[in-house]
Amino acid sequence: MSKAVKIRKGLNIALQGEADKVCANAKQAKQYAIKPTDFHGVMPKLLGKEGHKLKAGSVLFYDKYNENVKYASPVSGEITEIRRGAKRKILEIIITPDGKDAFETHDVADPNELTREEIIQKMLDGCVWPFIKMRPIDIVANPQDKPKMIVVSSFDSHPLAPDYNFILKDDKAAFQTGINALAKLTEGAVHLNVRGENKQSSVFEECENVEINYFGGNHPCGNVGVQIHHISPINKGEVVWTVNPADVATIGKFFMSGRLDTERTVAITGSKVNEPKYVKANIGARMDSLFAGNVDEENARVISGNVLTGEMTSSEGFIGYYHHQVTVIPEGDRHKFFLKDGWLSLGFNRFSMSTAYPTLLNPPSKRWDLDTNLNGEKRSFVVTEQYEKVFPFDIYPVYLLKSILTNDIDGMEKLGIYEVAPEDFALCEFVCTSKINSQQIVRDGLDIIKEECL
Amino acid sequence: MKLLRNIFDNVHHKLESNEKTKKFWPLIDAFDTLMFTPKDVTEKGSHIRDAIDLKRTMMLVITAMIPCLLFGIYNAGYQSLRLTEGGWDASVLDCFLAGLPKVLLLVIVSYVTGLTIEFIFCIRNGHAIQEGFLVSGMLIPLIMPIDVPLWMVAAATAFAVLIGKEVFGGTGMNILNVALTARAFLFFAYPTKMSGDKVWISDFEAMKEKSNAVKAQLADGTPIPEHLANTPELVDGMSGATAMGELASTFDASAAKAESVASMFATGGQFDMANSFFGLIPGSVGETSALACLLGAGLLLGTGIASWKVVVSFFLGGLGMAGILFAVGGNPYFDLNPIHQLMLGGFMFGMVFMATDPVTACQTGTGKFIYGFLGGALGILIRILNPAYPEGVMLAILIANVCAPMIDHMVVQSNIKRRLSRLKTA
Repeated sequence: MSKAVKIRKGLNIALQGEADKVCANAKQAKQYAIKPTDFHGVMPKLLGKEGHKLKAGSVLFYDKYNENVKYASPVSGEITEIRRGAKRKILEIIITPDGKDAFETHDVADPNELTREEIIQKMLDGCVWPFIKMRPIDIVANPQDKPKMIVVSSFDSHPLAPDYNFILKDDKAAFQTGINALAKLTEGAVHLNVRGENKQSSVFEECENVEINYFGGNHPCGNVGVQIHHISPINKGEVVWTVNPADVATIGKFFMSGRLDTERTVAITGSKVNEPKYVKANIGARMDSLFAGNVDEENARVISGNVLTGEMTSSEGFIGYYHHQVTVIPEGDRHKFFLKDGWLSLGFNRFSMSTAYPTLLNPPSKRWDLDTNLNGEKRSFVVTEQYEKVFPFDIYPVYLLKSILTNDIDGMEKLGIYEVAPEDFALCEFVCTSKINSQQIVRDGLDIIKEECL
Repeated sequence: MKLLRNIFDNVHHKLESNEKTKKFWPLIDAFDTLMFTPKDVTEKGSHIRDAIDLKRTMMLVITAMIPCLLFGIYNAGYQSLRLTEGGWDASVLDCFLAGLPKVLLLVIVSYVTGLTIEFIFCIRNGHAIQEGFLVSGMLIPLIMPIDVPLWMVAAATAFAVLIGKEVFGGTGMNILNVALTARAFLFFAYPTKMSGDKVWISDFEAMKEKSNAVKAQLADGTPIPEHLANTPELVDGMSGATAMGELASTFDASAAKAESVASMFATGGQFDMANSFFGLIPGSVGETSALACLLGAGLLLGTGIASWKVVVSFFLGGLGMAGILFAVGGNPYFDLNPIHQLMLGGFMFGMVFMATDPVTACQTGTGKFIYGFLGGALGILIRILNPAYPEGVMLAILIANVCAPMIDHMVVQSNIKRRLSRLKTA
């Protein structure tokens, strides 16, 4: 049964630099990289060393703990470098493209005519499986699981988020094919959650084989975790799969063409971008190929993803596997005199959810240019009921965080850790007076749960 | 500004370059971060952060206490001057100047003692200093009687910071409100200096002597100055007790005594509604004025720093209990109008500044309602039914502090049960 939910808790942060609805082609990047760190908890086993030649869609590595799940090279080329971190952990596998358009091919098939097992096998072989993520834990889905439903959020409510109505406007058939494939994977329904207030493109509106739910209100109404919580919360032992809408289309294209098409539309956003817009680029492309001189890189922070959950990188870094957005904002590494623009200033131009700053006196249409300053120092938990204002779950967030900090597995399970992902805590982290990094705490907690309980 | 910045950078550098002085960094860090919001940037998680920090939060609480502080200074002088010769004519400024040195000393002693201990712990543990004591250090003098010896303030502050806070792990970890711990310590360790009728008015003993001298003059038939003749308190001899003390004294007292006390609370009496609301009555330095407390409440609630849930439920709890006892009636204490009852003693101050302390209050929304209601109702109950503790609000908030984790536990358990029942029905 379809649902309509309005999220009243939460916070919309209107930043400068929203992408215009124009799409350019990025130039061919000098390098591409697949970062095994994008797939949390995966232990990569490489199939080749430096110098190994690959086609687009060729298997690059597989997961040691789940050998069926393989990860592909986004372009045809050659492995030129394997960057490692502490304990020789593989951070980035750099692929230099050879300019040829060689790709692995698989049989074209209509998912409606395949069985569940055939679809899974095909997706595993074609390396499109990693697009499916699972809740709880928020990691790549395990093909052996039987999800109670699959949830696709057709919109992203994060600051400056890309508009999937625009990104997918020409991919209606591919999106429907992807949905058809997903529908076979679950005994429950595929839930397509669209934004309640806005006019939807026909890609979502006319989509079949799904249950459409309407979500509106404040961010994080676009987070799948919030949506699942309001559709059918995850209990211990249950699994829900989620897929990004653009990746649904990629899965669809795979079934329609028999090849892994890693091209995606990326929104280049943020106040440091001269002309925020969309560009077409391949997964793992180096940032500078996306920027093409369109970005003021002086004292800027380049984020793969959005400002709340994205990953810090640089113009020599690479776009993340699950990211459809790049944000560039100013760094805030300067002292602020306490009366002028620091902690005791009148603060008309400072953004805060708290009414301790006169943020509300600004016109609601104002778009903010926020920098990366921590705006304070890390402190103990002091202020209470602050997270609850931006956390639309029937969960006590601080109690959950404290149970994680004290390594209390029983407490975590009881307090609802199966329902949350780090991204659901991003706003808590944003509004926190004590500047506590709750996303990392939740990730640590999920790691413990994965280790001990799954 | 640039000069200041350079000075701090230099001092940091000097401190860091020497192994021996390195550990004193919290000292300079505290002043640096006071003058400048640090240049630290986000490294993990959300890349942008809300502008709010603990410094601003705590500073707003201190700002909210300023009306209480200023009025407390004025009232300290007013109470002291009103009965001395010519004091009835004292101007606002005279009263203020008379009260200033005493109150200022209390504030200084409290801050110096508390901050010294905080710094010692920070240097020992290698932590940056947290802002919690900035508020406690101001609260402590405001809930002291004006004539409390300074060494007692220092001892109480030290006790509160050490036993009330640091042993639990410092700011954010304490179970009991730090300022109330200081007051409770004095209340039980030195009761004669914290209750009775000698400590609430500055130099009360000296004053009393003067008053007696006038009385003697009266008895002799010597004419007394005209302006003093109209001061009934002087002529009758005033006890110097707080409103609560006066009311408590009617237990087991004669009917005549009860009547005379009741008349103090009637319009025109020393503790009438107007005096109680504006605060021109004896009491702890900052707690007497309901008006000043309400001004502070306005700021704290407007900025969202104090929880309206606690304030509202605390008020309703007190009002409900006072209403019930009023309905019972029987002595001047019970017969006091409930609204009037709430304006006296530490109720308003406790409601606005003590019960709302986020660290020691309940953390869950539902819990806050229960906690506030419990604190308010208990405060009035203890105050009225137990004449040994006329300042029941302080004890009630401490009891509510102790109960807060249990209340939260019950609220969280019900959330957990809800989650488990979902699994069963599914």
